[in-house]
Amino acid sequence: MMNLIVIAISACLVSNVVLSQFLGICSFLGVSTDVKTAAGMGGAVVFVITMATIVASLIYDFVLVPFDLVYLKTIVFILVIAALVQIVEMFMHKCMVSLYNALGIYLPLITTNCAVLGVALTNAQNGYNFIESVVCGFATAVGYLIAIVLLAGIREHTAGNNVPKSFQGVPIVIVSAALMSIAFFGFSGVIS
Amino acid sequence: MNKYVERIYNGIWKENPLLVLVLGTCPTLAVTTSAINGMGMGLSTTAVLVFSNMIIAALRKLIPDRLRLPAEIVIVASLVTIVDMLMAGFTPSMYESLGVYIPLIVVNCIILGRAESFAMKNGPVISLFDGIGMGLGFTIALIMIGAVRELIGAGTIFGAQIMPASYVPCSIFILAPGAFFVYAGLTALQNKLKMPRAKKSCSGNCASCASADSEEAAK
Repeated sequence: MMNLIVIAISACLVSNVVLSQFLGICSFLGVSTDVKTAAGMGGAVVFVITMATIVASLIYDFVLVPFDLVYLKTIVFILVIAALVQIVEMFMHKCMVSLYNALGIYLPLITTNCAVLGVALTNAQNGYNFIESVVCGFATAVGYLIAIVLLAGIREHTAGNNVPKSFQGVPIVIVSAALMSIAFFGFSGVIS
Repeated sequence: MNKYVERIYNGIWKENPLLVLVLGTCPTLAVTTSAINGMGMGLSTTAVLVFSNMIIAALRKLIPDRLRLPAEIVIVASLVTIVDMLMAGFTPSMYESLGVYIPLIVVNCIILGRAESFAMKNGPVISLFDGIGMGLGFTIALIMIGAVRELIGAGTIFGAQIMPASYVPCSIFILAPGAFFVYAGLTALQNKLKMPRAKKSCSGNCASCASADSEEAAK
């Protein structure tokens, strides 16, 4: 149990997926203009990553390892994730239209969101079992949710600020992310 | 031959994937802790890009339109697996320091982006040169960012001491926040370089200038 808590805190805060592993930067910078959309995107990512780690971990443990096909993991994982995102997209298109419209083009982009594949590969590399993989996947995704909602909050407050001309737009958002990254560095003392 | 050279020039300078098209930022931020890591990442991405461009261009008439993306992804993922195994075998220390970012080359937007926008529409030979140009452009940009971070963060470039011994390294630059700061500086510099171009086109007609300004803001 302690082991799972350590994995969760480490994946969620200490080595935050966006701020210290740099996975999923594109959507992190792209969809963080207001808190509501950011929370929607974060929710979609939590759902997709958790589902993806469950499926990827099952395939890894029960197909790839027994048949000695571990070297195929990159190909298998990316296809599983792409198929999964398609299903989620169709589901949301039918059942959650307003969220679907709000997320727009970013939903298919979750496929190329490196965070999803990154978590699956990290789990395989660290030799996590099924439960550990799911906990790690879920915590990583929650870390993404926290980071993107915080950044969206900061952006809402700084939107009207007087920023030097060449820093307007994307650069100032990245500076905000850098400051958040420094703040998250404080968590590195939590787990020794 | 001229058009092949033009592709390489285009990739390195005119449409540099990292600095102009702003593709592939995730691996960029993660691996540029030193110039040598940036070079390793750049060259392995180049290898994948060159071969994926060539293979996809050669197969472009055989791939049915509806299966375009899955087919491209399988080709890229197979190439990445090959690169992954080669690096594990021949450059173990580099493999160790790049870690999970090597298999993540699959989701590098540069590769699928070039496959979609260039290799699907052109022949294999010119696609090969496009891959070389884009790959080199990416590699050069990565080495530059890596060198800046290594110089400020550790006082060295490619492991050789550059700064005087009295220089106290600002180690935050080789940690995570430094990547964001350097990237922010880079995009700001780009904004800065773009700005005077709008002023140069001033023809004394203030109405057109105002519209140019709002266009610039819209970007």
